[in-house]
Amino acid sequence: MTDPIAEAAQGRGVTEASGGVGTLTRKDFESDQEIRWCPGCGDYAVLSAVQNVMPELGIPREKIVFVSGIGCSSRFPYYMNTYGLHGIHGRAAAIATGIATARPDLQVWVVTGDGDGLSIGGNHLIHALRRNVNLKILLFNNQIYGLTKGQYSPTSEEGKVTKSTPFGSLERPFNPVSIALGAEATFVARTIDVERKHLPQILRAAAAHRGSAFIEIYQNCNIFNDGAFIALTGKERSQNRIYIEHGQPIRFGPNNEHGVVATSAGQLEIVDVAEVGEDKLLVHDAHRADPGLAFSLSRLADGPISPTPLGIFRQVDAPAYGDGMESQLRAAAERQGPGNLEKLLMSGDTWTVE
Amino acid sequence: MPTQIAPPKQAGADRKELDQVVIRFAGDSGDGMQLTGERFTSATAFFGNDLATQPDFPAEIRAPAGTIPGVSAFQIQFSDHDILTPGDDPSVLVAMNPAALKAHLRELLVGGLLIVNSDAFDKRNLDKVGYDANPLEDDSLKSYQVYDIPMTSMTLEAVKGVGLGKKDAGRCKNMFALGVISWMYGRPLEPTIDWLEKKFTSKPQLAEANVKALKTGHAFGETAELTAFEVKPATIAPGIYRRITGNQAIAYGLLAASVQSKLPLFLGSYPITPASDILHELSRHKNFGVRTIQAEDEIAAAGMALGAAFSGHLGVTTTSGPGLDLKSETLGLAIALELPMIVVDIQRGGPSTGLPTKTEQSDLLHAMYGRHGEAPLPIVASYSPASCFWAAVEAARLAIKYMTPVILLSDGYIANGAEPWRITALGKLPDISRDFTTHPNMGEDFWPYLRDDITLSRPWAIPGTPGLEHRIGGLEKADGTGNIDYEPENHQYMSELRAAKIKAIEEDIDPLEWRGDEDASVLILGWGGTYGAIGAACRSLRQSGKKIAHAHIRHLSPFPKNTEEVLRRFDKVIVPELNMGQLSKLIRAEFLIDAQSITKMQGQPFRSNELEQMILERM
Repeated sequence: MTDPIAEAAQGRGVTEASGGVGTLTRKDFESDQEIRWCPGCGDYAVLSAVQNVMPELGIPREKIVFVSGIGCSSRFPYYMNTYGLHGIHGRAAAIATGIATARPDLQVWVVTGDGDGLSIGGNHLIHALRRNVNLKILLFNNQIYGLTKGQYSPTSEEGKVTKSTPFGSLERPFNPVSIALGAEATFVARTIDVERKHLPQILRAAAAHRGSAFIEIYQNCNIFNDGAFIALTGKERSQNRIYIEHGQPIRFGPNNEHGVVATSAGQLEIVDVAEVGEDKLLVHDAHRADPGLAFSLSRLADGPISPTPLGIFRQVDAPAYGDGMESQLRAAAERQGPGNLEKLLMSGDTWTVE
Repeated sequence: MPTQIAPPKQAGADRKELDQVVIRFAGDSGDGMQLTGERFTSATAFFGNDLATQPDFPAEIRAPAGTIPGVSAFQIQFSDHDILTPGDDPSVLVAMNPAALKAHLRELLVGGLLIVNSDAFDKRNLDKVGYDANPLEDDSLKSYQVYDIPMTSMTLEAVKGVGLGKKDAGRCKNMFALGVISWMYGRPLEPTIDWLEKKFTSKPQLAEANVKALKTGHAFGETAELTAFEVKPATIAPGIYRRITGNQAIAYGLLAASVQSKLPLFLGSYPITPASDILHELSRHKNFGVRTIQAEDEIAAAGMALGAAFSGHLGVTTTSGPGLDLKSETLGLAIALELPMIVVDIQRGGPSTGLPTKTEQSDLLHAMYGRHGEAPLPIVASYSPASCFWAAVEAARLAIKYMTPVILLSDGYIANGAEPWRITALGKLPDISRDFTTHPNMGEDFWPYLRDDITLSRPWAIPGTPGLEHRIGGLEKADGTGNIDYEPENHQYMSELRAAKIKAIEEDIDPLEWRGDEDASVLILGWGGTYGAIGAACRSLRQSGKKIAHAHIRHLSPFPKNTEEVLRRFDKVIVPELNMGQLSKLIRAEFLIDAQSITKMQGQPFRSNELEQMILERM
């Protein structure tokens, strides 16, 4: 092996990238597989948004990998004309960590759901975020198990009546954004499947982030949990959507009449702007090194049934895991010279028998 | 650097000649017995004996000092002829405290040599292990030749001038003990002195004190006229040697496989005894382009290795029994994806946490069948510390060539055991590389499951290759295209195909060899770490006139093609295993041969003499 690092980065036997990256269109990212989600499923909108955004990224198709676990959303890779791996339940983040660490030249997307990513795969998710592996993680949150036909999930609301909780769920739900921030993910955002402008914006920002980018996508399951996000997508939506933007005061409502302020106790509160005055409003700072304030922001709503922040909660620069590993490899090769098997085997105490 | 050191001149010593010795060093975990044993081993290797070693350390990191659970031991057998094991019962026991004496005395051969640190035999230490009276003062040790030496006080006296605190000074007593033993067996001190000076470059006081203790022990042996022995160098094949443990050999074998396959090595691993040393060793060799991740759990470790394999790396995960349980689902996925991946299982006593530091061979059926669905894969087993190098390269060769996960079975005994390894005998390593697929293989299209006619192996096209974008997954798929396919006939076909692919490997592995008497009617069939004990037992039986043969299986899935033919040569097949009879079950199921099982479930390897007895009873 002459230069393992260079070889790994290149991918041995791989020829130069396909020409004409700029000429790719949405069509180029559609696979020939028949899509098997239920008619009306929110997954269609997300797939469409991703396929729309892909050509804009300027990354050749062969450098993109979609990895998933098990669940409705995990069928996603089959529909993308990129490299794809449909894995096992909950383990997408682990498998993707292997891919992204082995090959920092690839852009790796993980598609997971609230059951796959937060229940059976919760451990891998938080550790991928903690390590800041170069992954774009799309967590489709529909607050229900769809593929197994309607059991409650770790994001289902307390009291939820499902097949497995006929008397109502006794469990408190996870807030996925809070979890990601708790793991100190370097990019954390939330959006909604039907948000035709906002969703692609968030996808673009995530794609541009080096390190772990975590996006919670509220996704409607029209079969088993229809209307879970109605407060954010229905008639009341302008009351309940709090768009957060870096550098902007946080305010919302049909006439921007509401806002968010930080209390002296360090908590965040929703107020009427007219009462407190514009200059008291919290200015959103997604680049704050400390994730505490972003965490408080994620706690503003108990669930998507009241005013809920949407947008990028946190976006900070930090070394991506795979890049750190590359520099260690490079430094070791410079310090010790490239690996020499014969020298290694002959190292330590040796003796000669004549 | 290769060094040749002549045996030291032992002026005036009238040395008694022996053909082989088994010494066991035993002491408290904090007494440095592993280090003492290893230094003695190095000197013995320099001297030119054949040797094999085995550590035996407690599961507790620091059990209370002076207690039996805190005893750590190291055994070495060395000889003037070739040997196969670290020996059964020791003929020499070095006991640094009462706990070590109590734990190991019952195994010392009657008439054996017992060397004790008498300073440690105070009331407190005796009480801790339930000695009512000091065994050094009554006649309970009269069946042994006892040297009670006040090692602690003599060490303190020897290093007095160096300026160490009492605690640090007392710690040098293991070097004193090493000095005594080195004198008794005519081992050179130079390798140890060199080693100490190198190790303590930044702490010259410690170097000086340890060297002083070593030399003082040596001088004491001479002055006190302890019995001196001589074990002449063995006739050993010429070449350059080093000492190697099983886990180190696996790490080196994986590095070799990476070089010979031209694939960067990727290790995902979660710390577990007794496999962690492989993670430690590989983490040191980043200049080989090795990526190692200490994963969040065993499942992630396997997943990462598989992800790396998908990306064109040599994906490996290392573990022990409990971890193998957790990797089962990922192995199933790797079988469905048909990606190369190596799972190294250093077997230990089970079930559950079981005996973490003790050996067993009880994961064979798990490796064979421990996955849901029909999920065959190749299994390679190492059988001695040095053979782990071969096993790692072989596992990688099969994984890459046949696009399949492979399980490498080693065990705690091999993993920590050490033996001299003739590096120069390695010769040229096989080229185990394969080309990635870079062009469409079906007109303009790429079919990820379009197979090679002979190996039935699918193409390996890695991300980054333009035009070959494809999706693979764990759902049942159609052969060729790889598209999801739930048709009944397709599942039957794919199940048979996956089985046939693994079965076909029998054409590509070494035939089963056997050694022994041409006219033997009894075959001892083994696998894994029992190799040395079976070999020694058979050798001894043949020396006593019994007709017997030994075959050792290195490929457990698929079996070598000639396995049945070899087994049927003999009237009786006896299978000794450190489990409840797992290989014998497979042999019976596969070949309808009435294999007789010999089993042991004590967390300890077979002793060759007990095995000899057990074989005799069944002959």
